[in-house]
This record gives sequence, structure tokens and C-alpha cells, in this order.
Amino acid sequence: MSSTTIILKAENISKQYRLGTVGTGTLSHDLNRWWHAVRGKEDPYLKVGDTNDRSSKGTSDYVWALKDINFEVKSGEVLGIIGKNGAGKSTLLKILSKVTTPTSGTIKYKGRIASLLEVGTGFNPELTGRENVYLNGAILGMTKKEITSKLTEIIEFSGCERYIDTPTKRYSSGMTVRLAFAVAAFLEPEILVVDEVLAVGDAEFQKKAIGKMQDISREGGRTVLFVSHNMAAVKSLCTRGIVLENGKVAMNSYIDNCIDYYLNMSTDVYNQTEYYNDTNFIKSIKLLSDNNSTTLQSGSSLIFEFEIDNSKQENLNLHIGVYSRDEEKIIHLSSEYSQNKSLFNKKLHRCIIEKNPLVEGEYYVNILLFSNDKKLEHLSKCLKFTVLNGDFYKTGSLLEKIPSKFLVDYEWN
Amino acid sequence: MTNSPDSEESYLEHNLEKWDSVIASKHSFLDIDFKELWRYRDLLMLFVKRDVVTVYKQTILGPLWYLIQPLFTSVIFTIIFNNVAGISTGTTPPFLFNLAGIMVWNYFTSCLNDTSDTFKKNASIFGKVYFPRLIVPLSVVISNLVKFSIQFLIFIVFYIFYAIKGMEVQLNSSVLLFPFLVALMGILGLGLGMIISSMVTKYRDLSFLVGFSVQLLMYVSAVMYPMTLLKQKLPNFGWLIEYNPLAYVIETARYMLLHEGAISIQGIFYTVGVTIVIFFIGLLVFHRTEKSFIDTV
Repeated sequence: MSSTTIILKAENISKQYRLGTVGTGTLSHDLNRWWHAVRGKEDPYLKVGDTNDRSSKGTSDYVWALKDINFEVKSGEVLGIIGKNGAGKSTLLKILSKVTTPTSGTIKYKGRIASLLEVGTGFNPELTGRENVYLNGAILGMTKKEITSKLTEIIEFSGCERYIDTPTKRYSSGMTVRLAFAVAAFLEPEILVVDEVLAVGDAEFQKKAIGKMQDISREGGRTVLFVSHNMAAVKSLCTRGIVLENGKVAMNSYIDNCIDYYLNMSTDVYNQTEYYNDTNFIKSIKLLSDNNSTTLQSGSSLIFEFEIDNSKQENLNLHIGVYSRDEEKIIHLSSEYSQNKSLFNKKLHRCIIEKNPLVEGEYYVNILLFSNDKKLEHLSKCLKFTVLNGDFYKTGSLLEKIPSKFLVDYEWN
Repeated sequence: MTNSPDSEESYLEHNLEKWDSVIASKHSFLDIDFKELWRYRDLLMLFVKRDVVTVYKQTILGPLWYLIQPLFTSVIFTIIFNNVAGISTGTTPPFLFNLAGIMVWNYFTSCLNDTSDTFKKNASIFGKVYFPRLIVPLSVVISNLVKFSIQFLIFIVFYIFYAIKGMEVQLNSSVLLFPFLVALMGILGLGLGMIISSMVTKYRDLSFLVGFSVQLLMYVSAVMYPMTLLKQKLPNFGWLIEYNPLAYVIETARYMLLHEGAISIQGIFYTVGVTIVIFFIGLLVFHRTEKSFIDTV
């Protein structure tokens, strides 16, 4: 199979839900619907329905959780599906994994789809680890023979050898997840659907799980659809992405574009990478990273770009304070420490950190502008940005989440 | 549809591409994928194993509980209906008469009860992963068959005990058809269970109804009396038992095992007919429900 084959194609997928509780009203709607069907007419409730916006108050009892979703996935691709809570991600995954059917539209695909919506589905606490591996494997679509042939690998990957013949009710929650993920990881479907599995488990296991998914797509040549709120994981795993917004595809592009779009999409997300004010001395501030992208990762470049009205003032100096979200100052950058001891007399200035030492988290920026040691301007929290976990040490994988304030380059001798 | 070259291209591409499967909202009336069902046979057996093994884990008596329930019920029935009320069971010891009836009746009710909450009970697992939903009710019927077999063994033990004590042994060749009768009971329970489970997803009222109507049904199913007795004593309500397929199954079971009562070929054909109709309706309704029940449950 060449890498350009389309393995999955969604055409005009829509899903309608009825809001509120199921009560006496349901029966009358059902009867009405049935009466329309008998006379060969269209379902009267399909014409109504609001778009899927969690916060606004709609007028209809029906809501479109998904509306006219179209996308294609090529074989071997890892597609990230991102969006805010309630944007329709889970509904889409449920349709993909055949848990529910779309109200209209079709999805065509080749091979088998296996889904990993919350691992450990169907684990019975009374059964031993080994018995649960069989049961869970069978639920996910493997035959007994297939499971037996992979049993040693599964147990080894889970790291639960000692407990394998103990009922899973004696397991810690982390151990259960490890075992369950191990089963799913050794499934061999052409298309794997993964939803937020990385939210559980310790750092070591998360790394292992991401690594395994990378193997599945890169070496196994299989296709993965990955849903997560963890942008770092999405960025490191996915090649392409779609952003869902109110039940519609808002963006369908390379993953970097999608993450940028997602981070800029709403005020819920801590991101404000541009500042403009024509009446001030500081006319604009922009925050940039590698290739002019606005998503930052630990270890990527961090550039502050200023446009300053330098016509009347001289000996200008800029101070940049980078604060963590809990108001702790992390870095202070000042033009006073430059060779010139102040800014050159020009409009555009850039402060460049080649390799930013910030750990994963949210930050804000305060700016001070001085002229001849006199404060001209103070901009508080004028920029806000989110740093994602990145490959700071160029080891080829993400950093482990060991808490620290910042990162430095170092060597061992 | 516009006639742009673009849509023509996509139409061509659509025709060239070979898709293995399609997910869509509309399906034909009855398109149960039996091949897929067969592919999941290992899951069926694992579910059966889970159901049989885990029910009595951490109990002292374990599988003995399968026996205690029918034995005690038989003892109580014998005391109330035969000793107190004086219902005659012919040449058969009343205890054996009741045990045979209860055993077969229990198989039916456990199939019905356990399948009737398929969707409700498995909502969390059905909501996360796809496998043919039919596997679950099928596994219930099979695991109940295991339970039934254990109960049947204890019936044989008591049969031998009474035979030694001097009961006349009247086995005839019709006993060979007993497995067929058990299957009939299982299929009927499964069919009804599937219908109810599908309707319960939307209207929970039904689950209350089922609970007590099954209990009432027992009294018109000739479990603790011979069929002729009711017709004799209450001629006006004879139809209640005439139209009840369960009564025929239980009466026939007793005829096969104990040579007690009468066998009605007409009644058996009627029962088989009703069972097939109910089973197919069940299959149909279940199949329709499984596609989108997760939105309403």
C-alpha cells in the first residue's frame, strides 16, 4: 500500500442529539416521527436544531453535535483531532468506533478500526490479570489464538508480571491502565482510534505509550486518530490535524497550524501573542518562535519583536519580565545589558532567545520602557503564552515531567 | 448536486476506490452480519466463562448456590401446593414433579431476566467499544445453560434416589427430545428478553413491569400443577393456559422426564411457531436498537 492511499474518508457526517431528559415528550415525538415515516415523509426533527455551542442558550430541543464533517486520512498518517470541551470530538470518535451511528453522512474505510476510548473497558475486577487480558483482547476484536501468541509481549510491556495471576481488583489504578494499554497496543488494526489515554499513568508510562503509538504509525505503517487536550503529545505524535469548533471542522491542515489555531481560538486558552497600541511609544509587540509559529515548546526559540516610536526619545531601554502564571518572575531581559547599553535608534527591535529554558506551563510578560532612566511606559500582562513540553535536550523525545522551574544545557564529563 | 467537473472527478474516484466497510445511518431492514458474529465467537465463550466463574466468587458455597435455590423452592412448593392444598401429581412424587417444573421454568426466567437489561447493564462498555451486541444476550443464554445443566444433574440424583425407593421408572424415547425443548425455552426467553431490553433503553417503566409479571406468569404456566387441573377447576380461564406457550413446554418436559401429564403435538407446534416469531421480532428490534441506543439510554 503506497503512503498516499486514502484509508478513511468521512463525508458530511452529522449527528443530532435531543436535549433535556427523556420523558413523556419523547413518546409524542417518537409517534410524530413514526407517523412521518409511515407517510414516507422526512423526519420533522431533522430540519430543526441549533449548532453545538455549550454556553449559548438555544431555542430548539435538538442540537447538532456534529454538522457536515468532511475529512480524509491517508494510510500511515497520525491525525490529531483537537477542540475545546464539547466541540464534538468524542461524538466523532464514537461514530468512528461504531459505538453510535451518524444521523446522516457516511464514513468509508479500509481494514479494521479498533478504538481505545478509555482503556480497560470490560475489565472484570474479579478476574485475574491474565484472564482480563483475554477478555479485553476479545472485546477489542482479537481472537483467542491471536492473544495467546502475543501474551508474553503484552505482559512484558505492561510491566505487571508479578501480579498477572492476581485479580485486578487488587491492582492500583495505574497498574490496571498499564495492563489495559498493553492489550490495546498489541492489537493490530489498520486504523487505531485513541482518546485521552495519556491522562493516566505515570511519566514513565506516558512516555512508553507515546513511543508505542509512534512505532505503530511509523514502523507498522498504520493509521492513528488521536484525540487529546495535551498539545505537547499531539504535536509530537501527529502529522496532520483537524480542529473542531461547535461541531464543525474549523481547520484541517498540518498539525502546527492546527495547534496555533486552537491556542488562538478562545480566551479559555492562555494565549495572547500580539499587542498593538498606536497611541503608545510601544506600537506593537509580537511573540514569535521557530518559523514564525506562535506555539512554543521548551527548547524552541523565543523572539520578542517590538515596534517603537523612536522619533522624540533617546537612550531608550526595554525591560522584559517573564512571569509564570503564579506570578513568579522567571526571567528578566533588559537592553541595558546589551553591548550598546541601550537600544539602537531604530524602529524595529528584536530580543532573541535561541533556546528558551522555560518548562511546560503558562507565562505572562510585563514590559517597561525607559528613556534616560525615566519610565515612559509600563505594560502589565501585555502578552500571555503557553509553553508546551518539548525536546529540549535533542534526545528525540519529550522531556519527562519532573517538576523544575527552568531548563539549562549541561554536559557530563 | 452541481455538475461541475470537480464532483464528476470525486464520483469517479468514489467508484475506483475499494472500501472495506461503510458507517452510515441507514441500513437495510435486517442486515445482521453473521460472519462478524462468528469472528467474535471467542468473545462469546469468554463472556460465558466470566459469567459462570465470577458470580459466586468470594462465596463459601460457590456453585452450590445454583442447587440450593431450586431445591428449596421445590420443598416449599411441595409443602404448600401438594401437602396443604392437596394438588395431585399422579404416580410421581410431588417433590420430583415440582423440581422438574421449576428447573425448566428457571431456565426461561433467567434467560429472560438476564437478557432484558442487556443494554442498561452494559451501557458503559457498549459506550466505549464496538463488538456485535448480540454476543451479550447469546452469552447469557449459554451461561444459563451451564447453570441449568448443574440443576439437571441434581434432578437425576433425586430421580435415582426415588427409583431406588420404589418409584416406577417410566422412561420413554421422547426423553431424547428433551434438549430440543430446553433450546426452545432458551430461545423464547432470549427473544422476549431482546424485545424488552430494546424497549427499556427508552422507557424504563418496562423493567418494573417485567419483574412482577414474570412472577405472575408462573402461576399460569403449569409449573406447580398439571395443565389439565386448571382447565378442570377453572373452565372459564382455560384459555389462559391454552394460549400460553410456556405451559406446553413445562407440561411436555414433565411428560418426557416423568411420564406425567399429556403431550399435545398441536400445542408443541403452536409453541415452536410462537417462539420463532418472537425470536425474529426480538432479533429485529435488538438490531435496530443497538445502533444508536447509546444516545438514549
